[in-house]
Amino acid sequence: MTAMIEISGAEKSFTMHLQGGVKLPVVRGVTFDVRAGECVVLSGPSGAGKSSILKMIFGNYRCDAGRIGIAHEGAMLDLAQAEPREILSVRRSTIGYVSQFLRAVPRVATIDVVAEPLIATATPREEARERAGRLLHRLKIPERLWALPPSTFSGGEQQRVNIAHGFISDHPILLLDEPTASLDAANREVVVELIDQKKRAGAAIVAIVHDDEIRHRIADRVINVTAFAAAA
Amino acid sequence: MAEIRNAIQNDQPLLVAERLGKNYGRITACRDISFALYPGEVLAIVGESGSGKTTLLQLLSAQLASSAGRVSYRMRDGVLRDLALLGEAERRFLFRTDWGYVHQDPALGLRMAVSAGANVGERLMAVGWNHYGRIRQTASSWLERVEIDTARIDDAPRTYSGGMRQRLQIARNLVTEPRLVFMDEPTGGLDVSVQARLLDLMRNLVGELGLAAIVVTHDLAVARLLSHRVMVMKGGQVIETGLTDQVLDDPHEPYTQLLVSSILPP
Amino acid sequence: MNAPAYNFAYLDEQTKRMIRRAILKAIAIPGYQVPFASREMPMPYGWGTGGVQVTASILGPEDVLKVIDQGSDDTTNAISIRKFFAKTAGVATTTSTADATVIQTRHRIPEATLHEGQVLVFQVPIPEPLRYLEPRETETRRMHALAEYGLMHVKLYEDIARFGHIATSYAYPVKVNARYVMDPSPTPKFDNPKMDNCAALQLFGAGREKRIYAIPPYTKVVSLDFEDHPFTRYRFDAPCALCGAEDAYLDEIVTDNDGSRMFVCSDTDYCEGRQAVGHRGRESAAPHKERPHG
Repeated sequence: MTAMIEISGAEKSFTMHLQGGVKLPVVRGVTFDVRAGECVVLSGPSGAGKSSILKMIFGNYRCDAGRIGIAHEGAMLDLAQAEPREILSVRRSTIGYVSQFLRAVPRVATIDVVAEPLIATATPREEARERAGRLLHRLKIPERLWALPPSTFSGGEQQRVNIAHGFISDHPILLLDEPTASLDAANREVVVELIDQKKRAGAAIVAIVHDDEIRHRIADRVINVTAFAAAA
Repeated sequence: MAEIRNAIQNDQPLLVAERLGKNYGRITACRDISFALYPGEVLAIVGESGSGKTTLLQLLSAQLASSAGRVSYRMRDGVLRDLALLGEAERRFLFRTDWGYVHQDPALGLRMAVSAGANVGERLMAVGWNHYGRIRQTASSWLERVEIDTARIDDAPRTYSGGMRQRLQIARNLVTEPRLVFMDEPTGGLDVSVQARLLDLMRNLVGELGLAAIVVTHDLAVARLLSHRVMVMKGGQVIETGLTDQVLDDPHEPYTQLLVSSILPP
Repeated sequence: MNAPAYNFAYLDEQTKRMIRRAILKAIAIPGYQVPFASREMPMPYGWGTGGVQVTASILGPEDVLKVIDQGSDDTTNAISIRKFFAKTAGVATTTSTADATVIQTRHRIPEATLHEGQVLVFQVPIPEPLRYLEPRETETRRMHALAEYGLMHVKLYEDIARFGHIATSYAYPVKVNARYVMDPSPTPKFDNPKMDNCAALQLFGAGREKRIYAIPPYTKVVSLDFEDHPFTRYRFDAPCALCGAEDAYLDEIVTDNDGSRMFVCSDTDYCEGRQAVGHRGRESAAPHKERPHG
């Protein structure tokens, strides 16, 4: 199976200049692979650096050392050394990211928030909105909400919009940060189905889930990130 | 192990700044600025007043001659040209067709006493459009696009509100389908709700038209909404640069951390 | 008492040479405004000093001078300028367009077709066609240098937007030799076609603004317009009341206190010439007869 993500020796710390230059090491020596069609779950206590690792894979956090290899357009790209536009290209066509909290552009209708990743890859607007609608439907977001911006929705509804936004494209890599956190049982079920579907389609998935039951159902491997703890 | 290489080779930079600098005698307005802007990218230049960001914008748009370094632009024929070596006629032509420049004060970027239709149509007439009906029609459709009531096409911008004037300025700049738009604090001085509407418009237009843009702003929220990349300036130098979300979520430099922490949370 | 002795045509020879150099440059660059060192003349600015300086520089003892103002040889200004040159140059003067070698004019081009060897000298108030749109001289000079004339079309666009048609009726801008945009002086747009491919040399002098420009003979002169709003000469809807001319520019003359009026040729020489060979208009027999409405 093809390696889609190859992380090697990645390291991250924060230096808080406003607090007298205090250095907060987060992770060090992060090394693992993720192959196509498999789901790797990152586990570990709160604050261990799970979200940070996801953000490093997405290019949202810059890493201080190491390599983040991403299979993009037929070759391995080191995201840690990549140009800004290369990272933008990776986000457009290779990596989908469901963050922990929805951060949508204000005043944009839900249907357009979800359709946007497709439109960015040149899908015609009408078709993109149609597919967005079907996914929202599956995630049980009622149609009357589609024209509204998601900022006024409940936490669970926002989470589902977030998931739709991340799942709508055919990105070969998916990063999921607590995708089922605010959801009820029925909706959690829908998300598990969606993840299964993506796995069968060959996507490489890295996820953070606290719920043991969900973890059992989706994980092919579990990596405990305390192995990458950086000394204080 | 698969070869690790830079994966994107096909597109070429649109604007390249190399060690650009400007000083007035002993005063250094900006120094050692280097970056490459690609088609469709929006770059925000962020900093407080006096950081040199407006000087930089003027250097990049060839309105000021640099004291050091150079700026090159890729013309429509694909050739990368040093802006300082362009003839004046070429530079002015570029400014009117392939580039846009949105001023903070729309009165500087508009002819206030001439009708909105003529304001939008002027660039077309400057490149030889000679059919009144078509000029008017194009102007009218652009007014619609920037959400100005087309019934006001014959009114002078003197009669417009600030937000409308700014939208008219945008239409006037975009009518020749430029590839690169420079914006100097485009939402400065506008009411918050008007700002929001304008930002949404700009965001949509930039996306639809695939424009590259360089936006100078002191407002990080504007940067977050509009730009893919950001350069933080302080004391005439770029102290931090990267993707907008990188710089705003993971600020490295002390000044950047200060800027980010100063944004009031929603 | 000594009568003052004038140099030929009033100006000193060095000044004439300076102006002739400016004229040569103007002829070499048709439509381009050449700056010149305009002298103090014995009449104030606004009374034709530019035209007078051009005429003074090109007159020779053999020339025959005609001076018209709004087409007429006998208005105060025409008479005064003609007498000025008669006194200071001693040249022969005439009212006949055909016989003149130099014609100085304010605000009209004669109806009779001009021939080779003639010079038409225009009096110009504001030479810059873009002046009312762009007050900065630095900017207008650049626009001419770079042939950036979009703004001129903006003016025409505004007219159509406001009035439904291009409302400029005099000083209608033209493009000369496919290069420079020029203000033809406040002649009616009716006269614009006469400038195109004219056999005579056309010189333009602005005294207060200190500019000279020229259209050499047989030069292309095109009035600016839009494809869908082309330049049209207007036609009057009745012939000259005195000579019956159908294709001349007419002046409106109020004939009595009851508001009756008649329309007669503005070009007095042309009208008299036609009457002399027998052409008649409706009013020629009884100048005070009331003109019927029509």
